[in-house]
Amino acid sequence: MIYRENGQFKTSYAADQQIFPILQDRWAILGILAFAFIAVPLLADEYLFRAILIPFLILSLAALGVNLLVGYCGQITLGAGAFMAVGAYAAYNFFVRVDDMPLLAALLLGGATSAAVGVVFGVPSLRVRGLYLAVATLAAQFFWDWAFLRIKWFTNDSSSGSVSVSNLSVFGWDLKSPTDVYLFCLAVLVVFALLAKNMTRGAIGRQWMAIRDMDVAAEVIGIRPMYAKLSAFAVSSFFLGVAGGLWGFVHLGAWEPAAFSLDRSFQLLFMVIIGGLGSIMGSFFGAAFIVILPIFLNQMLPWLGDLVGVSISTAGVSHAEIMIFGALIVFFLIVEPHGIARLWSTAKEKLRLWPFPH
Amino acid sequence: MGFFLEVLIGGLMTGMLYSLVALGFVLIFKASGVFNFAQGAMVLFAALAMARFSEWIPGWLGVENLMVANILAFIIAAFLMFVVAWLIERLVLRHLVNQEGATLLMATLGIAYFIDGLGQTVFGSDIYKIDVGMPKEPVMVLQGVFEGGLLINKEDFIAALVAALLVAALALFFQKTATGRALRAVADDHQAAQSIGIPLNRIWVIVWCVAGIVALVAGIIWGSKLGVQFSLVTVALRALPVVILGGLTSVPGAIIGGLIIGVGEKVSEVYLGPLVGGGIEIWFAYMLALVFLLFRPQGLFGEKIIDRV
Repeated sequence: MIYRENGQFKTSYAADQQIFPILQDRWAILGILAFAFIAVPLLADEYLFRAILIPFLILSLAALGVNLLVGYCGQITLGAGAFMAVGAYAAYNFFVRVDDMPLLAALLLGGATSAAVGVVFGVPSLRVRGLYLAVATLAAQFFWDWAFLRIKWFTNDSSSGSVSVSNLSVFGWDLKSPTDVYLFCLAVLVVFALLAKNMTRGAIGRQWMAIRDMDVAAEVIGIRPMYAKLSAFAVSSFFLGVAGGLWGFVHLGAWEPAAFSLDRSFQLLFMVIIGGLGSIMGSFFGAAFIVILPIFLNQMLPWLGDLVGVSISTAGVSHAEIMIFGALIVFFLIVEPHGIARLWSTAKEKLRLWPFPH
Repeated sequence: MGFFLEVLIGGLMTGMLYSLVALGFVLIFKASGVFNFAQGAMVLFAALAMARFSEWIPGWLGVENLMVANILAFIIAAFLMFVVAWLIERLVLRHLVNQEGATLLMATLGIAYFIDGLGQTVFGSDIYKIDVGMPKEPVMVLQGVFEGGLLINKEDFIAALVAALLVAALALFFQKTATGRALRAVADDHQAAQSIGIPLNRIWVIVWCVAGIVALVAGIIWGSKLGVQFSLVTVALRALPVVILGGLTSVPGAIIGGLIIGVGEKVSEVYLGPLVGGGIEIWFAYMLALVFLLFRPQGLFGEKIIDRV
């Protein structure tokens, strides 16, 4: 079983254009999916689901959204958390105000609302570029933080913007146990990941990439910058909105605006940059890295402290955690500025030549 | 009319303080093309160092005089900022030359996390006071001109004065000294500067040091105003619209931008805030900056963007 495409001849256009042109890749993906859908629910315990797997799935979805905008269309955004918040609160409003609103429809409508808001906040990108745009997108973050805290209508008159939902079910399937929640999030993520992959392979993704590489040149060869940029904002915000809805509804159950604060936006940007800009796979790597690292540090530090005979206070642990987190991020950026996805593709290149590299 | 003027002057003075933080961003961006998100963390770190050392020094050295303790603390804090600048250049920036803006931005965010954690580990995470003898009680001026006169916060006034002095000193430093000239040369063109023998690495250390000192002054002023605590890092977030409004590469832009944002924020909060529930300061500043950017995408005084295919 050597990783090599020799002898796999493509005899039709469909075969030539499939997502995974190499047979071994297709088997690997099928294996991973089977593992995720069948083996994980049997193996994992409740803590693993709640603390790692479900946040990982939802944040992967959000990171996918950010990657479409930042990695593929080249528009840096620091307001990703705001669009998650818009998605979550819009879904909440649809869910609570409309009788018998199905959960899935509420989530998708939340995503659509977020997309519309994203287009509005994407308008400055037509004039402003680069770091100026990055700072300008902070406007979205601060505006929505404020709006959900102060404008009562958005939060159904609850105080300080904290809301909660219960009795979630999809087509008669109650989302009660962590396993159910996990499977639901996984199903949503698979559908959206496929969507994202195909979008980036299609006409619209190519337009985004042309805009990213050089927008003036893209305009000269007939790509409409307004359409391309705003569509990227819309699609990205849609992903973020759905992810926000999932985060609020099925992960937290009850939440307030602080769940989607500026830190969340930074976290998402970290994910796509550490994972790899302009790579679907990278979004997953980045999300896994950022979700697992703090938990790992949190468990490791007191243990390490015991080992050398120093007991570290809780505050000390949390400070040390931030320090190590920051240092690791800088370290990662220095060692591999193109993200984990680049390591992954290098490994694949090497594997194709192995064991006869010459 | 008197009330409006009061709001206006209050806004101008807050604006001056924003410019002080914004200046730190501009200095570093000009010289190294790095958008330094760690500026807020540096302000907090410097303020923490200042507050704690001025508290510890009387105990260590037996100095009773508050003034002497403060000056010693200032010197130690400034030295610390120098070490931080040197380490950042040595360990991070040197390895990230020629990377994309987004990567550098993320690296400075990483630095910000690190400095936040470090500062609180070393200096503690409670709320501390900085007492540099700023007068707290407000004064009334121009009682003859307006009915009731104008209420002016003396502390803000002195802070604004210090900020203005610092800006003037920096302008002199940039225009008149050899180092300043080298800094401007690096800002204009890295390669050209290097080819005529200006050591880039040393220039970067210097500029981060200057930004560190600016952060220290900003930290002292904001710290004595609000108390030294973690929320001080958000001051940097409030200075960001100032930077993009004035232009990332322009020192005068940081000042004018600061004044515009300061006034805009205060006036909007006083006159518009009550209509929509208050607390609109922070996003209003960003919106204001955005509106300006729609007309001048490079900021008020930024370098003109020229596109070539």
